[in-house]
Amino acid sequence: MNTITDQNHIMLRVGKKQIESQNFATLFFNHALPFKPGQFIMVWIPGMDEKPYTISYHSKENFAITIEAKGLFSTKAISLETGDLIGIRGPFGNGFNIKPDDKVAVVAGGCGMAPLATLMEQLSKSTTFIHGARSKEYILYPERFDIERLFCTDDGSFGYKGFVTDLLEKEITSGKHFDSVYTCGPEIMMYTVFCICEKYDIPCQVSLERYMRCGFGVCGACVCGKQVVCKDGPVFESSTLRAMKDFNAKALLKSGKDVDLSQYFSWRCK
Amino acid sequence: MTLKFLGIKLKNPMVLASGVLGNSKDILERVHENGCGLVTMKSIGPEPRDGHNNPTVIDLGCGLINAVGLPSPGYLNMENEWKDLEKRDFPIIASIYGGSVREYQMVAEFVSLKKPDFIEINISCPNSEKHGMIFGVNPQSSHDVVAAVKKVINVPLIVKLTPQALNIGDIAKACEDAGADAICAINTLGPGMVIDIEAKMPVLSFKKGGLSGPMIKPVAIRCVFDIYKAVDIPIIGLGGITTGEDAIEMIMAGASLVGIGSAVRYRGIDVFQTVSDEMEAWFLDHHCSLDDIKGAAHEGNRS
Repeated sequence: MNTITDQNHIMLRVGKKQIESQNFATLFFNHALPFKPGQFIMVWIPGMDEKPYTISYHSKENFAITIEAKGLFSTKAISLETGDLIGIRGPFGNGFNIKPDDKVAVVAGGCGMAPLATLMEQLSKSTTFIHGARSKEYILYPERFDIERLFCTDDGSFGYKGFVTDLLEKEITSGKHFDSVYTCGPEIMMYTVFCICEKYDIPCQVSLERYMRCGFGVCGACVCGKQVVCKDGPVFESSTLRAMKDFNAKALLKSGKDVDLSQYFSWRCK
Repeated sequence: MTLKFLGIKLKNPMVLASGVLGNSKDILERVHENGCGLVTMKSIGPEPRDGHNNPTVIDLGCGLINAVGLPSPGYLNMENEWKDLEKRDFPIIASIYGGSVREYQMVAEFVSLKKPDFIEINISCPNSEKHGMIFGVNPQSSHDVVAAVKKVINVPLIVKLTPQALNIGDIAKACEDAGADAICAINTLGPGMVIDIEAKMPVLSFKKGGLSGPMIKPVAIRCVFDIYKAVDIPIIGLGGITTGEDAIEMIMAGASLVGIGSAVRYRGIDVFQTVSDEMEAWFLDHHCSLDDIKGAAHEGNRS
């Protein structure tokens, strides 16, 4: 039988706080956490709520989460200071299936950069790295990583004016060969990346987001088609995505009601 | 291990407990494909309900504590799901809850028209301010709600009981007398509480929550034992069942079918097939069948 250890909260104090930009801040914790890029932890602010966050920095001694102030919880989380107490559970989920010898493209959109950050640190310098956001202020970690990056913004305030998916297709049609593509960002963007990869027959790995409760595959809050996002995912490969009819289509609200993604995201960003 | 339960053919005696992975037709289908004979939808309530804020489910190692708080789109807002479920090729239990006899009736009557194979009424949830528990701890109110629901549905009725009852056998008997077709026991135990000593506050946002998983199995076994003595209708036994041996123990206490919930955490979504296979291996080894050992722990039943 699988042995799974007790997953009750570990209480940690915020170490260093790093302001990334006006929209993002990173909280470091001096705690060794076993972790694989693409996995996530449940972050509990006592007395408030608990939400899934990716690990955005990771070393043997510490780790960090990066927060974008969007709703009630993240606004509170971003206001935490050194010494404040939070609880964590996890890490949960599968993480990216990293193939070190592959020729890889990474496509990051908006705060989808955060889950890809620790992955970037494991990939070779020759990786094609495409990073976009709606505008310059939403480009996360512009100075981080030792890998050349193709930037783009919706409004042209930084890098190419247009979408990451335009850049990805340009790279492919200009003759670059990729063995795999990793992506995280808005679901519509990831779906477009997936479609481009299908068109050119490139295996793709996509990191999905759904409302979560338990984090370990029991409560069913985060199901997407036949997949349990917190347990089977959050990273899914092309073969699974092909059969996942709710990908870029539907998600469950907190009540369990299934709705279109636009309705889901307008609720999630409250 | 195909068998019949209240006239419906099942591929094995494994049941998915309500509140676990029951959110859509797709995921119910996957659980069925992973070796579960009978799957239960997430409990359906009279109104849209979000449930509680997180933390809602915590793994304590020896089992889970949860106060998810009965989230439900509400019985009138599930047309997509019902439409999907019409095309199913596996049997389902529709679990429902309410805050009054009238609400139970209203939800049950509507849900019955959607033709689930069974309706289960949850008269025992500890995780909501007003739903259910009050019925399940009193024989008279259990009788009243069962009789009222039975009148308005035309599928077999299963009643889910709480271990909180002073005498669970009496409650089961009251349900049987009121027309229940089967008993499902037990719901989560408790409520319990976990306090984080650093945060100095209860971990669950609802503060209290129901216990499930291995730590409650002896209570579940005792409850099913007591119910088996009290009634003639079949029992779905659940509470901490994680292995084939646990399932055998539950059947010896008197269960006809065996439910699994928290064990999905400990052994994965294919736990249903695994436990079913382990039971079959045990039967083979002991030269017997499920029917031979049902209620075997009761005096006079031993062969």
